[in-house]
Amino acid sequence: MSRATTLVINRLTIKRLGLWLFILSESFLFLALLVVRFYLQGVQRPTELNQPLGFVISGILLLSSLTAYRGESAIAYGDEKLFRRNILFTLGLGILFLVGVGIEWAEGFRFFPPASGFGTVFFTLTGFHAFHVLTGLLALLTLVLPGQKGRFTPENYWAVEGIVKYWHFVDVAWVFIFPTLYLVS
Amino acid sequence: MTFWRLGIIRGIVVGLAGSGLGMGVTMLLRIALGLTAWKAGPVTAVGTVVGILFYLAGLGAFKYWLGWVRRRAAEEPQATEPTQPHWARYLSFDINHKTIGIQYLVTSLLVIIVAGIYQLIARLETSQPGLQFLSPNTYNSLVSLHGIMMLSGVLLGIAGMMNYLVPLMIGARDMAFPRLNAISYWLTPPAVLLFLFSLPAGGFDTGWTAYPPLSLRAPLGMQLMLIAFYLVGWSSILGSINFLTTIFKMRAPGMSLFRMPIFIWATIATALLQLVFTQFVGIAFLMLLLERLTGLGFFDPDKGGNVILFQHLFWFYSHPAVYIFVLPGLGVISEVVPVFSRKPLFGYKAVAISSLGIAFGGMIVWGHHMFAAGMEEWLRVPFMFTTLLVAVPTGIKIFSWLATMWLGKIHLETPMLFVISAIVVFLIGGIPVDLYIHDTYWVVAHFHSTLFGGFVFPMMAAIHFWFPKVTGRLLDERLGKRYWTVMTVGFLVTYLPMFWLGLNGMRRRIADYDPALGLGTMNTVATIGGYLTGLAMLLFFINLVVSARRGAPAPANPWHSQTLEWQVSSPPPEENFVTIPQIVGSPYGYGIPGSRHALIPMSSQPPEEVS
Repeated sequence: MSRATTLVINRLTIKRLGLWLFILSESFLFLALLVVRFYLQGVQRPTELNQPLGFVISGILLLSSLTAYRGESAIAYGDEKLFRRNILFTLGLGILFLVGVGIEWAEGFRFFPPASGFGTVFFTLTGFHAFHVLTGLLALLTLVLPGQKGRFTPENYWAVEGIVKYWHFVDVAWVFIFPTLYLVS
Repeated sequence: MTFWRLGIIRGIVVGLAGSGLGMGVTMLLRIALGLTAWKAGPVTAVGTVVGILFYLAGLGAFKYWLGWVRRRAAEEPQATEPTQPHWARYLSFDINHKTIGIQYLVTSLLVIIVAGIYQLIARLETSQPGLQFLSPNTYNSLVSLHGIMMLSGVLLGIAGMMNYLVPLMIGARDMAFPRLNAISYWLTPPAVLLFLFSLPAGGFDTGWTAYPPLSLRAPLGMQLMLIAFYLVGWSSILGSINFLTTIFKMRAPGMSLFRMPIFIWATIATALLQLVFTQFVGIAFLMLLLERLTGLGFFDPDKGGNVILFQHLFWFYSHPAVYIFVLPGLGVISEVVPVFSRKPLFGYKAVAISSLGIAFGGMIVWGHHMFAAGMEEWLRVPFMFTTLLVAVPTGIKIFSWLATMWLGKIHLETPMLFVISAIVVFLIGGIPVDLYIHDTYWVVAHFHSTLFGGFVFPMMAAIHFWFPKVTGRLLDERLGKRYWTVMTVGFLVTYLPMFWLGLNGMRRRIADYDPALGLGTMNTVATIGGYLTGLAMLLFFINLVVSARRGAPAPANPWHSQTLEWQVSSPPPEENFVTIPQIVGSPYGYGIPGSRHALIPMSSQPPEEVS
């Protein structure tokens, strides 16, 4: 029963647990949004919804998770140049994703306006997700500001790890939202 | 300028400026889009949100992270200058968990006073049939605000207790994320302000539940309330992350899970519920706000919406919220009963697990609030069954308290008296509620009994129990006992008639009722009871203020308790424990020869930090 007699406070595991709890809480937000979709609209899907574009932006977002992962691995091995390049790629892909969502929205306003049944659900789900993408982008940006050069080392890169984890979470949320909006019918 | 150094002053000034900026930009945008410049809803909504962000920045909440981004040396926020008076830290962005706990508790008591006064006014109106002095809309606004503000006050109250006690009870020096902790607290003052503005902005006549479609048409006050409760919700989510991380990662050496005080178990259960379920009420309120502001069609059948969806989302949080309110209270009872019975807590492990049992059971009972709402019929029986199931872990707790008191050396001091009231009243609150008395005063009496038994009386027990620890002074015991008498009598005189009123057809949320029903007398009695409770609270505040200034100095451990917080001085040192305590046994070994919960070594041994 008894544990070690000296108190070891490991800040890194504390921060990790805190982040995971935050992600747990946020995943229930997205769960609630999925419930809203099925409760209000069942599995209805208007034919005007641009499925090909949906596939493209999903691919972009998944790719950005890969580059984010490569960035994190790079800094874990102390390769700062590769790290910065990959995070910048991630930023670019994230912005491309938001542009894609913007195009979807423009089409959505024409075919299923926000005050219609599917429109309400579509704009809410994509809107909440896009807001999370935006916060993720801002956080990623703080990693590659010019002033941050030489800041992260293989011994100390929690900020990178935490923000990349959050970015993965935002991607996984989309993995659930995309089929819910674009594929079921 | 010393005044300007107070965080709250900077926060208010910068926040007001930000709010004005937000409203100005919105109005300019509206003009650019060819709309009329002023439309109360959207303009004030943007103003509120921008104002709150500016306020947090002015307070200094983001200073550390901005410093991190700009790569300034990570300086700790120096909330109080040495030249400033002692109280200044309570009005600034201070990151010590004890300061934050006191901030929460004081705010909670203030909110509870205001919400109580609202209800006392409304209660006077219903004491006789006919309209006395309030319009039906004002009456409903007062009752609605009473509800939502009391709930916020309770959330702040439990956050205060947990903030102050959790690190002390587990032998930690502070919470896991002190800055996040301070942000959790400082999100609540703007919420309180918005609640207060809600009444002048037209109030809202929906009841605290804010059901659409009424809430979609309610005046601007509705919008302020939605934003305010959203803030309180985020405060409790961030707080929960902090509590769970602190408890799982920062316990003193030797404190295994089954050596934790029951209050810590209760905190784990509460924090899990808050962490997960608050998101549902958050999204439900945001959806209301979006529908009010932008015309999205969540709850409007013409636009493909469904009002029942709101009720599901709302109760999916608001039923577990009942357990969020009562679990810490039940934890307090489990702390107080062994100390004043001088016996170990009966069935410690069962009581510890029952907190989690209540939490998990409470997740699947929300439908019993919607029996009369037009919910799918087949759902009634499962929801009834799960509801009855929650009685099992609750029963475990109650029998444990009784068995602990049984043949104990019971000391009837104020905290113990409140605990006894709490147990009795909580049992009264457990009387089943039936479909046929839905929306009557029976329901009102039922949930007030649950909340008095599960929160109010335990919180009063907690304040009387831990006051010496917090302030270093003893409360006046004689005044405390008088307060207990008036409070308990006031409670019974208020709510026992309400059970009767409910059975005889008195409906909730109405300012006027038919004199032919013959409900006038009992309503008058309930009003008298309500004012007795108000008088009791007055006695309580007098006791608090007078004892905090002139009470007898408290020893470190006036109740001879074994838990950790009593093993340090009263009030505790800034960093709680100069040396790290070793946990060697159960926290409740009263009356067992040689039993100890903790050893506090004399030699200085700072904790080892690994980053």
